[in-house]
Amino acid sequence: MASSLTSFSAASSPNDETAIDFSGVRLGFGDGDVLRGLSFSAQSRETLILLGETGTGKTLALKLAAGLLRPDAGVVSVLGRVISDKSEGELLEFRRQVGFVFQEGALFDSLTVGENVAYRLEEEGASEDEIRPRVEEVLRFVELEHTMDLLPSELSGGMRRRVSIARALVTRPPIVLYDSPTAGLDPITAQTIITLILRLRDIYGVTALMATHRLQDGFALANFRFDPKSRRVQREAAADRVSPPVTRFLVLRDGRIYFEGSPQEIATSTDPYLRKFLI
Amino acid sequence: MSDAPLQAAQPQTNAPEAPSVVEVLIDASKQSVLKVQEYANLSYHSLTNLLSRPRYPVDTLEQMDDIGVGSLPIVLLSGFFIGAVMVLQTGAQFQRFGQVSLTGDIVSLALVRELGPTITGLLVAGRCSSGIASELGSMLVTEQVDAMRAMGTNPSKKLITPRVSAALLMVPLLTTISVFVGLIGGMVASVLSLRLSATTFWQRAIAILQLSDLMQGFSKSVVFGFILSTVGCYQGLNVRGGTQGVGRATTQAVVVSSVMIIVADTFLTKIALYLADKL
Repeated sequence: MASSLTSFSAASSPNDETAIDFSGVRLGFGDGDVLRGLSFSAQSRETLILLGETGTGKTLALKLAAGLLRPDAGVVSVLGRVISDKSEGELLEFRRQVGFVFQEGALFDSLTVGENVAYRLEEEGASEDEIRPRVEEVLRFVELEHTMDLLPSELSGGMRRRVSIARALVTRPPIVLYDSPTAGLDPITAQTIITLILRLRDIYGVTALMATHRLQDGFALANFRFDPKSRRVQREAAADRVSPPVTRFLVLRDGRIYFEGSPQEIATSTDPYLRKFLI
Repeated sequence: MSDAPLQAAQPQTNAPEAPSVVEVLIDASKQSVLKVQEYANLSYHSLTNLLSRPRYPVDTLEQMDDIGVGSLPIVLLSGFFIGAVMVLQTGAQFQRFGQVSLTGDIVSLALVRELGPTITGLLVAGRCSSGIASELGSMLVTEQVDAMRAMGTNPSKKLITPRVSAALLMVPLLTTISVFVGLIGGMVASVLSLRLSATTFWQRAIAILQLSDLMQGFSKSVVFGFILSTVGCYQGLNVRGGTQGVGRATTQAVVVSSVMIIVADTFLTKIALYLADKL
C-alpha cells in the first residue's frame, strides 16, 4: 500500500469548493448537437457517476472537463478556472492537474509500463532519483510493481486499465476522470478496478467523474468504503457517514441531465427510463 | 391508423432533400480549402515549435536514426544503379558523336541538380512518410494522442517537430550520399562499358559542377524532406475511421508526398535556373 502518498493535492481542496462546473454546455458534430445544454457541478472530494446509454455524450463530458474538447456554447470551469475559453497552450498547463483514465487505457504501446507511468514526471523535468520511487509507489498502489519492464501488449485488459490509473495518479492530481473503466472487463477484474477507485477516493480524497453504463459500479462506489486501517473494503452504513454523501448519480439522456440524485434516489425511482438501468 | 396492416399510417412528407450538384461542389471546395489550411497550420507550427520549450532532442535523434540510417540501404543501392544506368543511356548517344568524355559532365549535373534529390525524396517518402502516417494514425485511433494531451504534452511539439527536424537534416545528407554513390556507379559503368578512364570521368564530373548546381540540389532536398515529413504527419493525425483509416492515410501519405515532391521539383528547378542566370 502506498501510504506515503500523503501529499495528494486533494488534501488542499476544502469540501465546499466546486471542483467541476458545467453550465449550459453544448457540443455537436456534423449530425447535430450531442450535448444540448449540459449543466452540473461536482464538489471537491465528490464522486459523480455519469450514467447513460452509448452515444449520450458521457465521454464528451469527460473530455470537456479535461479541456481536450472545447464546447460550442456554455462554460466549463475546473478548480475555479474557466477552461472553455482557454487556448491549447494554456490548457496544457492546466491538464497537469487532472488525471484521465481512458476507456482502453491509451497506454503508449512503444514504452514499457514503467516508462508509461513515468511519462508525465519526465515531461515535467523531474530527476531520475525522484521518478523511480514515485513510479514504484503508484505501481505498488495498483499492485502491478512486477510489470515495470513489460510492454503494454504483454498485459491483460484489466492490467492495462490499472496501469492507466497508475499513470493518471503519478502527479497526484486533485481530479481524476474515468472513462468507462470497467467496460469490457469480466466481473472480477471490474471489481478490482472499482476497489482501486474506492481506495483512491477514501485514502486520498480525489474528486472523480466516472462515465459508465454499469449502474452496479456506481452503487459499489456509493455503498462501500475502503478502510485504510484494516485495508479492507467495507459496506458503508448511512449512519457512519461523517460528511455529506460523496457519490452522486447523473443520468444523461438526449444530451441533457435526465436525473441527478443520490444512490438511494435512483434505486427507489419509479421512472421507467431509470428502471431500465436497474434491471 | 391505416387499414392494411403493412401500410404506413401517414405518408412521409419530410424526407431530406438531396443536395444539388452546386452545393456538393461548393462543399467539396470548402473541404479542400480547409485541408490546405490545416496542412499549412501544421507545417508552420512544426517549425515555430523549435523556438520555444520544451524541445525533444532524444525524440529527434531517434527519428534521425529511423529516417537517416534506416533509409541508407535503399538510397545507396538505388543511387549506385541510377548513376550506372545514366551512363549506359547517355554514353551510347555520346559515342555516336565521339564525345564519350562528356558522360561524366552530364551524369554529374543530372545527379546533383535533379536525380539525386528527387529520387532520394521519393524513396524516403515511400519509406518514411508512410511510416510516419501509420505510426501517428495508430496513436490517434488508440487515443494515445489524446492521452498525451491529457498529460499536458503538446503533440505538435512531441510528435511532429522531431520528425520534421529529422527529415530536414537527414534528407539532404542522404541526397549527398546518393549523389556520391551515383557518381561511383556512373564511374564503374563508364570504365566497364565505355572504356573511359576513371580519372577522366571523375575529373569532368567534379569540374562541371558550380556552386549554383550544389545549391539547387541542396535546396531541393531540404524542401523534399519538409514535404515528406509534414505530409506524413498531417495524414497520420487526420485519420478517420479506425484501423481502415490508418491504411488509407498511409497510402495517401505516399501518394500526396510523391506528387508534391514532383510538382515542387518543377517550380524549384525554374526558380533555381532563374537565380543562376541573375546571380
